[in-house]
Amino acid sequence: MVQLEHYLAVAAALFVIGIFGIFLNRKNVIVILMSIELVLLSVNINFVAFSAYLGDLTGQVFTLFILTVAAAEAAIGLAILVCFFRNRGTIAVEDVSNMKG
Amino acid sequence: MTPVDFVFYLFSFCLLTGGIFTVISKQPVHSVLWMILSFLSGAGLMVLLGAEFVAMLLIIVYVGAVMVLFLFVVMMLDVDFAELRAEMAKQLPLALVIGLVLIMQLAMAFGAWELGGGVEILDSPMGTPEGAGAHNTAALGLLLYDKYFLLFQLSGLILLVAMVGAIVLTMRHRKDVKRQDILEQMYRDPAKTMELVDLKPGEGLK
Repeated sequence: MVQLEHYLAVAAALFVIGIFGIFLNRKNVIVILMSIELVLLSVNINFVAFSAYLGDLTGQVFTLFILTVAAAEAAIGLAILVCFFRNRGTIAVEDVSNMKG
Repeated sequence: MTPVDFVFYLFSFCLLTGGIFTVISKQPVHSVLWMILSFLSGAGLMVLLGAEFVAMLLIIVYVGAVMVLFLFVVMMLDVDFAELRAEMAKQLPLALVIGLVLIMQLAMAFGAWELGGGVEILDSPMGTPEGAGAHNTAALGLLLYDKYFLLFQLSGLILLVAMVGAIVLTMRHRKDVKRQDILEQMYRDPAKTMELVDLKPGEGLK
């Protein structure tokens, strides 16, 4: 019998993998973006699991909004990446200091 | 072990395997492909939970659009990924420590977690509550176009802004390419650009 806790455990593991990936690939911004997508997927699984086990559709509606924002964020992130690569010829994010921030 | 349990464990295994290999694989193209596996398994888990609409949306939006975008960018950029990979071993200890700390924090949060008063967890997942509509998609549509209509419109606005932003960021005007300038064409004056010369036979134009 699959309980709510099973889904929460899977989502937590995926979340940790995503964060792990962000720190493991500090130089490679493409994989960082993919890790962020993994984290958002784990959050979505959590939302849907709670929605299903509580019998309340609001969680699934929230998942739709997260999906929208995640898609927009991926598109903008990749556009910034392409723009950056055109100007610098590299995607190493460690030495991004154009704005002296 | 019921078939549902088996399918759950299969999808979970594929999900976590895909996640791990997304993070550690050597080539970004392989990362994207592992990630597609991950998203497909996540969609499978959501189908198990009874949320078919969100699952199909995940496949269409992520596997169909976002992952193709990632693949496109990975193939378009001419980056030496081996050089970026060389740093990975150096980052591994820090990443492991942070991952372990995060797992401990989540475990502690889970240990302290309890349901609020009056909230009841169902025994089996029910993607569509009774009385909400005949079908998951129909019920979601009723909710989305009624109670959350403003938020729905706002999310459309977010997509529009993202689209405009992405186009503005990646558009470039190349100087060495001749372009059509419509305003210049419209304001071109025949009197200034054209000269009528009356030529006599046998004479050239001076």
